Amino acid sequence: MIDPTRSTAVHLLAQMSSGEVSAEEITRAYVDRAERLNPTLNVFLHRDVQKALDQAKAVDARRAAGDSLGPLAGIPVAIKDVLCTLGEPTTCGSRMLKSFRPPYDATVISKLRAADAVIVGKTNMDEFAMGSSTENSAYGPTRNPWDTTRIPGGSSGGSAVAVAADLAPISLGSDTGGSIRQPAALCGIVGLKPSYGRVSRYGLIAFASSLDQVGPFSHDLADTALLLGVIAGRDPMDSTSVDTPVPDYLGTLDTPPPSLRVGIVREYFGEGLDPEIEAAVREAVRVYEAAGATVREVSLPHSKYGGPAYYLVAPAECSSNLSRYDGTIFGHRAEDFSARTPEEESIPPLIRMMMASRAEGFGPEVKRRIMLGTFALSAGYADQYYNQALKVRRLIRNDFDNAFKDVDVLIGPTTPTAAFKLGEKTSDPLAMYLSDIYTITTNLAGIPGLSIPCGMTKSGLPIGLQLMAPAFAEETLLRTARVFEKATDWHSRRPGLS
Amino acid sequence: MSLSRDEVTQVALLARLRLEPEELETFTGQLNQIVEFVAQLQELDTHDIVPLAHGVEVRNVFREDLRGPSLPREAALANAPKRNSESFLVPAVLE
Amino acid sequence: MDYTIIIGLEVHVQLLTESKMFSACGTDFGLPPNTQTDPVSLGMPGTLPVMNRKAFDLALKTAVALGAEIAAFTKWDRKNYYYPDLPKNYQISQYDLPFSRGGSIPIPVRKDGGGSRVRLTRVHLEEDTGKLTHGTGGFSEVDLNRAGIPLLEIVTEPDIRTVADAKGCLEELRLTLRYLGVSDCEMQEGSLRCDANINLHIPHEGRTVATPIVEIKNLNSFRSVERALQYEAERQYEKWKRDGLTIHDAHKETRGWNDPEGVTKPQRQKETAADYRYFPEPDLVPVEVDEPWIARIRATIGELPTERRQRFESDFGLSAYDANVLVEQGEEVADYFDAVVKATGEAKLASNWIQQDVLRIAKETKVSLAEFPVGAEGLADLINRVKRKELNTNQGREVLAKMIETGEPVDAVIAAGGYGMVSDQGEIVAAIEAAIAANPKAMDDLKGGKKKPEAVKGFLRGQVMKQTGGKADPALVSELLDAKLAELIG
Ligand SMILES: [Mg+2]
Ligand SMILES: [Zn+2]
Repeated sequence: MIDPTRSTAVHLLAQMSSGEVSAEEITRAYVDRAERLNPTLNVFLHRDVQKALDQAKAVDARRAAGDSLGPLAGIPVAIKDVLCTLGEPTTCGSRMLKSFRPPYDATVISKLRAADAVIVGKTNMDEFAMGSSTENSAYGPTRNPWDTTRIPGGSSGGSAVAVAADLAPISLGSDTGGSIRQPAALCGIVGLKPSYGRVSRYGLIAFASSLDQVGPFSHDLADTALLLGVIAGRDPMDSTSVDTPVPDYLGTLDTPPPSLRVGIVREYFGEGLDPEIEAAVREAVRVYEAAGATVREVSLPHSKYGGPAYYLVAPAECSSNLSRYDGTIFGHRAEDFSARTPEEESIPPLIRMMMASRAEGFGPEVKRRIMLGTFALSAGYADQYYNQALKVRRLIRNDFDNAFKDVDVLIGPTTPTAAFKLGEKTSDPLAMYLSDIYTITTNLAGIPGLSIPCGMTKSGLPIGLQLMAPAFAEETLLRTARVFEKATDWHSRRPGLS
Repeated sequence: MSLSRDEVTQVALLARLRLEPEELETFTGQLNQIVEFVAQLQELDTHDIVPLAHGVEVRNVFREDLRGPSLPREAALANAPKRNSESFLVPAVLE
Repeated sequence: MDYTIIIGLEVHVQLLTESKMFSACGTDFGLPPNTQTDPVSLGMPGTLPVMNRKAFDLALKTAVALGAEIAAFTKWDRKNYYYPDLPKNYQISQYDLPFSRGGSIPIPVRKDGGGSRVRLTRVHLEEDTGKLTHGTGGFSEVDLNRAGIPLLEIVTEPDIRTVADAKGCLEELRLTLRYLGVSDCEMQEGSLRCDANINLHIPHEGRTVATPIVEIKNLNSFRSVERALQYEAERQYEKWKRDGLTIHDAHKETRGWNDPEGVTKPQRQKETAADYRYFPEPDLVPVEVDEPWIARIRATIGELPTERRQRFESDFGLSAYDANVLVEQGEEVADYFDAVVKATGEAKLASNWIQQDVLRIAKETKVSLAEFPVGAEGLADLINRVKRKELNTNQGREVLAKMIETGEPVDAVIAAGGYGMVSDQGEIVAAIEAAIAANPKAMDDLKGGKKKPEAVKGFLRGQVMKQTGGKADPALVSELLDAKLAELIG
């Protein structure tokens, strides 16, 4: 038997149905590998090995009995710890939710269960999905499997590394400003942020509600298409999930799109872009030209305002979304909230309890964003900051609408640099924010964005190519990306971990 | 514009965050840096632009008025940091 | 007392839905704490709201009935403030684009006033909070059964000028909401909650000074609305006389009504600094309401109290006072009246019987009209018999009492009690003659002019009724007695 952990979900499904391998063997192989590598990589915050093996055995038994099985039957899936799983720890990478066990499953989790997937663990992340390096976790950083002195990207670093290091063939992350695409790029795998409204957010612990979206990580686009097909669709529990049909993403993947008009975003090749990354992206453009694509340069003139708009809209929503963590109904409550200063004497004990609980429960990045968002919404400043950001958000969306009149997809770099060193940017929040400059605008516009591997730096770090398409054009996006994937072999490279 | 330490203290109170003195110092500096960064938006003339608050512009999404089961009380209270047999407990609210 | 009271009301009404505003959790009152929650109403991480269509329709129905303007586009906003009864620490509410603006509430005419209208500022939809109870050992208890129940917030302009009008306005609002079937408006159960803003305009040295505005909370009954406003008006006047502070010198103050003590007391503010940081609720999508939708809602609105009063006056000839008595007590009473009139064709008789007998007895025996043993059909049957002179009024009263007592229909009561009116002329004339013969003194009094003729006639009529066992047709007795006396005296 070949090592199942070097495979993909689509291949494993084929091998299971031909009887070459059992679901139990697959899960056992991934679980054993995680046992070996997790202490170094710090991918999983919670695992229930026995439960996973039981799920796998149940799939084998049902297969043997000739029962019909779901589209992910027996496939191990790792879950970012931002998604609620019934009765199991769901920490969001925060001390605040250290002992929180949700009384319900997120809709995407229900869909995975209905598809007979095997949930192998909850993965590490930047606290409340705020960050670009997974260093903001209350449970220690996750490490990049290509170079364990480097960050894996974030905030979905754990789910990205789970796939990149073969601790699971596929995983789920969430993306509010690049949190799937950026770690996918830095870890050399495929990561998709679907259109806003494509996947239910019910049970996704909110960071910024109007930007958050759940999406898949995988080694190749076939697995992306497979997993997206399972999780996509309207959910009556999410008012913002949209009622448009879910195409057969996997079925159409290998058919090249009828039109292959590719736009290169002029603004993405400016200052701050690492030359090695630029070279890889330029090479990707040549691959498309060779495949018969019409390539043209397009402009997204308001791109430079994406960061500023994002760092108002997201913190504003986060300040409100995270206000529920006050030590009252759930989450951490400070033991000692007595007044420490004369000024605090005048604050009622209830409020002191909330303030102390939040001070202890949240890490610095979360506090920073709550502060920023509270300020941006506060009386006297809302017009200048928050409301202006919403208007700029409209301008950014209009830029995309205009660009998509002439091209089917946009391509560019996913990140300005490859994976940086642990600790390199932790003291400079603004520098950290700039690692999302190419990914942020798709969240503001609500369109889908995809990162696929497109090269390696000389020092052996992966490089990601970002592709963007109009809202709900995931099918086009995946088919266009597949043209590149078929012409290259970057997606088949895996880090040399023992 | 720049935020003073007092203003940051006020924001922290509004956000229910107790800040250590060093934290207040660091945050004041960092918030000013970030506010300067986001203030770039003020370069743009947006007076006739309709704000975009949602990721997707759909309308009229409703659920029917149907009743489902309630959570058992134990499940509702299970995550409470402090509780008795029937309620969540918080430090006394004075009237 | 030389000042004008300026009052505006802010009313919160629970809408009658099966499930909460944003999730499929129940809405029952009086359940044990925290037994009516779900992940959404607990504000659990990851949960999302989905708007209850019925709640929105009931809100529209109310606003249309109150003559408000319905917005073509409306959205939801978050009102952010930290409080233990608010699990998410933001309330989903409406800020700059409420679904309705304008409209008004009529104040019915009373003997001591009324008759004006109170303009509405706005009506909007929001979710209810939970309940906080002061427990023991330095703790308060949080019960989230109520969290997320749909609420309508109705805000009036400061158009009310008397305490009685404030009560009248609130009563009319309750009546209208009950007619619409949008809320049960039980103040004791908190499904109707009223806050009032009040200040005084005092003529002083040739100009008018306004006292600082006070918002009174904790008004849990109609009686406390009246008492609290009365108290607060006097308190503000006395305070102004002492310190002379006006609206320009002080912020709006929040005071709570303490019912046992009969005073208002200053209330601690919920927020150290009230800055609600409203912004559009990203988890809900806006609503667009078009004309066909409004028309559909309008078609579900029946006759409202004001229209009904008018119909009782114009179609049935009732006085404004009588019309109001029959309407103000709720749809049940007016429906009962309508049914009796329909079956008898006698509006005034029906009004009298209902007001003087049915409502009085119902009140004495503390039963609602729905539980009243004699239905509209039974009362109509009785009235028709009185009208056909099968019974006289006194007998009717006795029959009604027996019907109530036994639950039997009119026929059975009459048969058992031997009721029936004597309309036989010969029998009555015989009784008259016997009465005259038995009371010669009466005839002397009449002839001698010692007593007024009406008094003597009344006495003789009584004797005749007595002789016929109370069954003689009183009108016929009068007529025949008059004829007989005329014959005797000339
Ligand atoms: Mg709260
Ligand atoms: Zn309200």
